[in-house]
Amino acid sequence: MIWNWEYAADILPVLLEHFVRYSLVATLLGSVLAAVLGLVFAIVRYVRVPVLAPLTTGFIEFVRSTPLLVQLFFLFYVLPGFGITMSPLVTGVLALGVHYACYYAEVYRAGIDGVPKGQWEATTALSIPARYTWQNIVLPQALRRVLPALGNYAVSMFKETPFLALITVPELVQTASSLGSRNFRYIEPFTIAGLIFLLASYPTALALRKMENRLGQ
Amino acid sequence: MDALADFGPWVEALLQGIWLTVLVTAVSAACALVVAFVLGLMAGAPGRLPRTLSRIVVEFFRGTSLFVQLYWLYFVLPQLGYRLDAFAIAVLAFAMNFGAYGSEVVRGAVNAVPKPQREATIALNMTPYQRMRLVILPQAVVGMIPPFGNLLIQLLKSTPLVFTITLVDVMAVTKSYRDSEGNTFFIFTLALGIYFVLAYLTTLLMSALERRAKARIGQPAPPRRGLLSWTAGVQGEVR
Repeated sequence: MIWNWEYAADILPVLLEHFVRYSLVATLLGSVLAAVLGLVFAIVRYVRVPVLAPLTTGFIEFVRSTPLLVQLFFLFYVLPGFGITMSPLVTGVLALGVHYACYYAEVYRAGIDGVPKGQWEATTALSIPARYTWQNIVLPQALRRVLPALGNYAVSMFKETPFLALITVPELVQTASSLGSRNFRYIEPFTIAGLIFLLASYPTALALRKMENRLGQ
Repeated sequence: MDALADFGPWVEALLQGIWLTVLVTAVSAACALVVAFVLGLMAGAPGRLPRTLSRIVVEFFRGTSLFVQLYWLYFVLPQLGYRLDAFAIAVLAFAMNFGAYGSEVVRGAVNAVPKPQREATIALNMTPYQRMRLVILPQAVVGMIPPFGNLLIQLLKSTPLVFTITLVDVMAVTKSYRDSEGNTFFIFTLALGIYFVLAYLTTLLMSALERRAKARIGQPAPPRRGLLSWTAGVQGEVR
């Protein structure tokens, strides 16, 4: 007996519940944090804020060259030593958000670079204030263009949420693992976990690819 | 400075951890390269069957999360009666996952070779094999190097996962040092630094490769990167 349907049906609701409550929530919160922080990074670098801009560049390169897992452990184990205690889920969202913000920053930069130069020149000629230029002219055009790329990173982030299992967040893989060790049957939990990832990420990725093609025309 | 004094006996363990991290990365990358070429060339094949097959495999491995693939192999395979050691499992999971991402790089680079080149090979009556080997691939390979470099760094950044399946890499040594000596800040900062240096060396290696490959087909070489501008190559857009 390789596949036990009864067992699979038993564990499916538990897996789905933890998937929604932890994996999806972490992805959503992480994406929002990454989107906001990434935009801040991008603008700081774009307008070349003194001191902050080179620091941000250094930070981005460092974060992008080191593994998410090590960063996650760093936050999880080191922060309490400085008197900052957060729940594992919050630590996980913070790690995911900051890690991906560094990728998002590059995407935003590409989007801002893609806004035609004439638009900037026009705002200067009309002496439109910088704040208004960013808010109403540059960002709306840039954001539309970078949406598919941001979405792709969100899908990657979603597939990396299992890292949170290692800091005790009971997300999908952690749940599959503990169900597996409790019943000493790993085939069903891990296979179902894989299928849930596939069913959630593949259609999203397809939709994003379509959107990318349409925006590219 | 206490941390440094305590650290003496751990140097050897850490060096072995670094060696394992490099080994897992290198062996997985070599296998992933083979998988990428097989799947990528299948995706561009004239027949429908190889194309569909390649699509299914690629979407499966891109869609199901590396983490689950690794755990599936590690926990489920023994229950199905197959025993592989942890190193082989890590290599298998990384090779299939990154091979799937890499196949898109191969497919894209082959498609990017200018059309007249292809037409010329047909006019010269070359066999499909000759076309690929003598004309298309030598040009396509040059375009593959930068995205492959990004994938290689992604792969390196995924290797800390192997500590969860009992391999003793940099991450494992870091954790055991932390658990026995308790100096968290020092060891995690050191680990981040080690991965950073490894990623940096990888970038240098890939940009040297790119220069050589471009020189061989007579394209102008990209400007040599300075020490601080090296990261211009780290993109990670592939994911």
